[in-house]
Amino acid sequence: MSIIVKNISKSYGQVKALDDISLEVRPGELFGLIGPDGAGKTTLFRILTTLLLPNEGTASVNGFDIVKDYKSIRNNVGYMPGRFSLYQDLTVEENLRFFATIFGTTIKENYDLIRDIYVQIEPFKNRRAGRLSGGMKQKLALSCALIHKPKVLFLDEPTTGVDPVSRKEFWEMLKRLQKQNITIFVSTPYMDEAELCDKIALITDGKILQINTPEAIKASFPKKIYKVRSSETFKLIQDLGTYNKTHSAYPFGEYIHFTSTQSDFQPSELIDYLKANKHNQIEVLETNATIEDTFMELSK
Amino acid sequence: MKRFIGFIQKEFYHILRDRRSLFILFGMPIVQVLLFGFAITNEINNVDIAILDHSKDATTKEIIAKISASKYFSIKQVIDNEASIEKVFKKGKIKAVLNFEKDFSKKLITDNKATIQILTDATDPNTANTISNYTTSILKNYQQDLNRGIQLSYQIEPKVRLAYNPELKSVFMFVPGVMTVILMLVSAMMTSISITREKELGTMEILLVSPLKPFQVIIGKVVPYILLAVINAIVIILLSLFVFKMPVQGSFMLLGAESILFIINALSLGILISTIASSQQTAMMASLMGLMLPVILLSGFIFPISSMPLPLQILSNIIPAKWFIIIIKGIMLKGVGLNFIWKETLILIGMTLFFITISIKKYKIRLE
Repeated sequence: MSIIVKNISKSYGQVKALDDISLEVRPGELFGLIGPDGAGKTTLFRILTTLLLPNEGTASVNGFDIVKDYKSIRNNVGYMPGRFSLYQDLTVEENLRFFATIFGTTIKENYDLIRDIYVQIEPFKNRRAGRLSGGMKQKLALSCALIHKPKVLFLDEPTTGVDPVSRKEFWEMLKRLQKQNITIFVSTPYMDEAELCDKIALITDGKILQINTPEAIKASFPKKIYKVRSSETFKLIQDLGTYNKTHSAYPFGEYIHFTSTQSDFQPSELIDYLKANKHNQIEVLETNATIEDTFMELSK
Repeated sequence: MKRFIGFIQKEFYHILRDRRSLFILFGMPIVQVLLFGFAITNEINNVDIAILDHSKDATTKEIIAKISASKYFSIKQVIDNEASIEKVFKKGKIKAVLNFEKDFSKKLITDNKATIQILTDATDPNTANTISNYTTSILKNYQQDLNRGIQLSYQIEPKVRLAYNPELKSVFMFVPGVMTVILMLVSAMMTSISITREKELGTMEILLVSPLKPFQVIIGKVVPYILLAVINAIVIILLSLFVFKMPVQGSFMLLGAESILFIINALSLGILISTIASSQQTAMMASLMGLMLPVILLSGFIFPISSMPLPLQILSNIIPAKWFIIIIKGIMLKGVGLNFIWKETLILIGMTLFFITISIKKYKIRLE
């Protein structure tokens, strides 16, 4: 196993940031930690990168204990913190060279590994890192975290604050890196990115809700889901909220995802109810559960 | 080693690219030395004084002549009774009154002792202090000459000579002080800020999750500032040599070595601050309040330690700057060698080792 986490708990004063977390990541796996802000994702990253000590439990990265062998872990992992943490007053190339040097390697030696990513920012290699756009900053940070060919790569919310196109590119790069046999442990608040992972752990309020492949997690959704639409979305949400057969109703883009408390629920019942409430252009269709649906259901 | 050099190179990029700090770093010592040398001065020139002479004999006349001959004083008024003293002071022009007792010469010869009262207008305590110092030294001089005359007859030679600072130039007193302040500021404040900046910007997080060892990070931070501080020390010494014509009596090598010792001492303080402070602002405030103020106020730079209340005198012992000022005053003004200042040097070395030990113990290998 590349990463083993066993019953880890961590508190800051009264606040329990992580509550009895356990998970395992196989070598070469792209593992996603999915959860909203404040769920404890960064705390778990910092514990695994030996920056914080857990209050309880044990963990190992690449077979090294996070407390005893912290020095070995620091030699073997790549870490990209959630906040952009490169030197803003150094140029792109200087940043990369600096990180290569402190890890005892050179840009040339591991250029193959970062080439796909670095070519995109290479035209700006003499620009100071502080003046790069958000997407380019992330690519540089990833290059810097990769330059020493780490066995495990920790990416804490690498796509937060990045535009959709760059996000997509970024995930494509992660997929390519995975083929180089690098274990990737990534966190994100975006549910759509979860689908791109081999395995995900849903986390909220310091507790893990479920760990499985994205497909299995979606399949585990216990109810039929209907996507509902009408001409008046806001009124629709309100009316669904007061409907006596509503189990859940969450907005998803232009639709509302609806589940019923009744197991023998028929969509026609809902259409009648909405018609009675003077909705027009009513649309009720059965749909597949997304990870977000599962997340909402589990964290209910 | 390659890692370490890479780290130092990065530090130099930071320093050289931050133009504003760089300007302050090198502009400040020059401005401060010139400011203290030219503007802020407790030298006195042509201070108006009055004479109250109860004996009017040969000796008093001689002393009065001597005082009026010096460029520091000009005798503006001669009064003849005690009652007038307050009157002249109240007018505000006269800063001091010299009051010779009755039968001055006679007492001096028969009792070997005669008194002059030096009354100064202490509304401006600094000037008053200086006036009394100057007068006292002129009188002491006269007295020396008088004694020498007695031992080796016919050899009365009136020659005013004040030890160490014959012209009583205040810049000579200020240069060691300014140098101390600047070295303290550059070394302690700049390192503590540069280390806390890494914490604040989150780059410390990455440095921790890297093979760099804590001591490599710290030494790497410190080396560039040693260099900068040494350049500053050289600039200050050159300024005092060529602008103020202040000679360095002792050995330049010793001066350099002691300065580096003090720089390392200040740097270790800076590291200590950075292990406690979490933001650049805290580090700056801690350096300014915790280091600069004591250095200026308690080191004997501006206020003589001997005139402080006892608790402050005791407190001044834990301030490294006090010992460094003693050392460089000794080297620059008196030209003494290590045999005279080894005690102060040992104290500085001890303090440095103490600060470094605490810093390493307090340095966090994790985020909390």
